[in-house]
Amino acid sequence: MKTRTPRYLENSLQAVFFMCAAISAVTTVAVIGILAVETWGFLQQISLVEFLFGTRWSPLLHPKSYGLLPLLAGTTLIVVGASLVALPVGLASAIFLSEYASERTRNILKPVLEVLAGIPTVVYGFFALTFVTPLLRIVLPDTHVFNAASAAIVVGIMVLPMVASLCDDAFRAVPDNLREGAYSLGATSFEVTTRIVVPAGLSGVFAAFVLAISRAIGETMAVTLAAGATPNLTMNPLESIQTMTAYIVQVSLGDTPAGTLTYQTLFAVASVLFLVTLCLNIAANIIMKRFQEVYE
Amino acid sequence: MIAQSNLAWRHKKAMFFRCFCIGVTAFAVFILGLLIYQVSVLGLPWLDAQFLSSFPSRFPEKAGIKSALLGTLWLVSMTAAIAIPVGVLASVYLEEYARPTRLTEFININIANLAGVPSIVYGMLGLAIFVRFFQLERSLLSGALTMSLLILPVIIIAAKEAIRAVPGSLRQAAFAVGATRWQVIRAHVLPSALPGILTGVILAISRAIGETAPLIMIGALTYVAFVPEGPMDEFTALPIQIFNWTSRPQEEFHELASAGIVVLLLVLLMMNALAVYIRYRGTRAK
Repeated sequence: MKTRTPRYLENSLQAVFFMCAAISAVTTVAVIGILAVETWGFLQQISLVEFLFGTRWSPLLHPKSYGLLPLLAGTTLIVVGASLVALPVGLASAIFLSEYASERTRNILKPVLEVLAGIPTVVYGFFALTFVTPLLRIVLPDTHVFNAASAAIVVGIMVLPMVASLCDDAFRAVPDNLREGAYSLGATSFEVTTRIVVPAGLSGVFAAFVLAISRAIGETMAVTLAAGATPNLTMNPLESIQTMTAYIVQVSLGDTPAGTLTYQTLFAVASVLFLVTLCLNIAANIIMKRFQEVYE
Repeated sequence: MIAQSNLAWRHKKAMFFRCFCIGVTAFAVFILGLLIYQVSVLGLPWLDAQFLSSFPSRFPEKAGIKSALLGTLWLVSMTAAIAIPVGVLASVYLEEYARPTRLTEFININIANLAGVPSIVYGMLGLAIFVRFFQLERSLLSGALTMSLLILPVIIIAAKEAIRAVPGSLRQAAFAVGATRWQVIRAHVLPSALPGILTGVILAISRAIGETAPLIMIGALTYVAFVPEGPMDEFTALPIQIFNWTSRPQEEFHELASAGIVVLLLVLLMMNALAVYIRYRGTRAK
């Protein structure tokens, strides 16, 4: 380098870089702080027991009621449905990618997966509403126009690339000599996959599953568009429901003045959302680290 | 005999399993292809110069995405201008300067966790801090700041990985001839990590282009019949416009939405192609 940087500049540069890195910590503190303050304000008026165990959610219409269970049930329905789609299909695709696909197929499919993972969620919402729901209504005529099943299927399709990609990474990390050892003992490809590769990559597979569930919980646009806006304590996927995220969107589409109880419900619901996804993400990290098989 | 038939059965099972995995993968790819086909068939007839150069309207045949497209352009440029420098410098700090202290470890874990926070929670943060506390209102600046916080973890994680992949010998050689830490970073580490950083940055920006929920939270408007002229103007964005059209009951608006989706997907596809190309060139150079 011809240009010389003075020493004081060297040091101040380091300080600037540190500030950039510290922004992430500040973000976390801000998120927790804001959620905590508004939720605290909410809990001054509605007891925690009523909030967590109440069976009716109706903060906008009289008689008002603030029981979270219907929203939790809605989110659960979406998560279960999406998992039923994404986990088996994602796992099978990952096995195909890492065990059966030729290098050429892989080189095509991997970028395709990346592109698919980048499709905006609002597009999946459109797909649910204009394609999956009409199809469901042909097969099962008593399906509501807005229903949990359609949204769940689409959320499953949405997280599928992520599951496939993470599981594939886990399987690729299993060293080839384990496979070769099993093959040389006469195992078939099915046995190698189910008894060697999948068990060896199990920590990665579980982590992928947990992350997929966390994504499905936080998914917003597809469920807002396709699952409806009726907080409904039901386990029937053909009915209209509302998830936690969809409620937040519904309220913020209107104009809610700050400081009102309705405004605070947003943050109370978001707190639950944040805590649940945070726990799942931390769990995924722990699974990944603690149960990872290390090969030399 | 028994062993033989058993072997045949085992091979059959393996065969079946192989076909099953191939079939499932093919089906998944087919469904996703169907999605794109479906949207294109609905949307392409609407996609013309008039659609790109008109404001939204109550009348489907007059409606267009001018304000949404320009809003997205503004939003993404501003987000990039904020998030890329901050993200890259943060990763330089974490990889090149930070000693392995508790604080560093906390920041690293924290970034990984932030990447998993639902985007709508970032929307709440933007609403409470930028829109309400700093009184930036429903401006482009609020949107860009919120979006920046959202994509920062993505950029930092990708950039850190790229910087970590730069061989230590390169740094040691530069230090050995008397370069300072910043000179090493500027002249050697950053240039050789550039393809990896760029790939991560492009993917993060694509995410910002498609995000809808946080913008709804901070109150980006669904009906905007003007072009934003500065960072303090109100705005709409392409995904918001798509959401708005999709949530209307009339069939024509669904067709408009799919035309909007085609535009959005084309933009994203081009960005992805660019990322793949840069990575391909990067790996070939090594």
